[in-house]
Amino acid sequence: MSGRTRFLIPLFIFLIMAGFLLKGLFMDPRHIPSVLINKPAAEFNLPTLYNPEKFISKADMKGKIWMLNVWASWCSACRAEHQVLNAIAGMGIVDIIGLDYKDEAADGKRWLQQLGNPYKEVLVDKSGRTGIDFGVYGVPESFLIDGDGVIRHKFTGPIYYPDIKGVLIPKLKEIRGEGK
Amino acid sequence: MKILKTAVFLGLFLMSGFAGATALSSYSFKDKAEEQAFRELTAKIRCLVCQNQSLADSDADLASDLRREIYALWKEQKSEDEILDFLVSRYGDFVLYDPPFKPSTYILWFGPFFLLIIGGYVLSRALKSKTKDKEVELTEEDQQRLKALLEDDNDNRETTK
Repeated sequence: MSGRTRFLIPLFIFLIMAGFLLKGLFMDPRHIPSVLINKPAAEFNLPTLYNPEKFISKADMKGKIWMLNVWASWCSACRAEHQVLNAIAGMGIVDIIGLDYKDEAADGKRWLQQLGNPYKEVLVDKSGRTGIDFGVYGVPESFLIDGDGVIRHKFTGPIYYPDIKGVLIPKLKEIRGEGK
Repeated sequence: MKILKTAVFLGLFLMSGFAGATALSSYSFKDKAEEQAFRELTAKIRCLVCQNQSLADSDADLASDLRREIYALWKEQKSEDEILDFLVSRYGDFVLYDPPFKPSTYILWFGPFFLLIIGGYVLSRALKSKTKDKEVELTEEDQQRLKALLEDDNDNRETTK
């Protein structure tokens, strides 16, 4: 580099650093990439909200493509997400199984009565143990699970309307495409 | 000065303040040493809810659940590696404060040394070019020319006076 352009080197280094810092501004430190993608979902056997005698296990879901939505009545972001789940259920594109996470059964039932019930079944994880096995660290979280019981996608935080078209439908297409 | 003192004190207080505030009292340990070992283990794990706190210090609901799970594994005589594996397999390397050594973290481990080498190279070059300037030796011819120029200069000054 000639003497004439040498003074540009610090400026250049600064611009590179500024670029990284700028990108950092738009990244969400709460979004932690899940290690569970493309791994078999954790085993579970949980009672259902409306019939505590009835248990559903992972084996019961074999062969189905479904979405596990982790929610709780104490979770305010879940309230915002709930109408999106209602919309997905209305479109009938995938069965949603709810996981009422560390919640009181009465509160959970009241919530569904008020906001509508998009779930085919609602499982109850009172202790949060199944949540831990699914690596849940912030509700709501949703997992797309294929017929082999493998987690194919994870939504960390609420699903928004644009995600239906942008993420959910393409992912479902991808998963279903393999089955044929 | 007084303000500075207060600020430093406040800073130190905030840094040290809350460590150890979380009660491990709900768990029973056979002695102080075991409790200390358990505390050290949970201090290596990041709480995912409040990311700048370790599992030992966090009061988050999830942290207390995870402490409960770890305590159960601990009581089953599971090794530290097995317990950390339990967490990493669910939450990823992010739960560890100490990043593991593997291809995706090479840049993290080697990056600083790489920068150090570059810095050393730049520094040595800068120093070399500086010393070179001082060491310029004049040949006999140069000396004479220099003398002539200086005299010339003196003459000029005298004439302009």
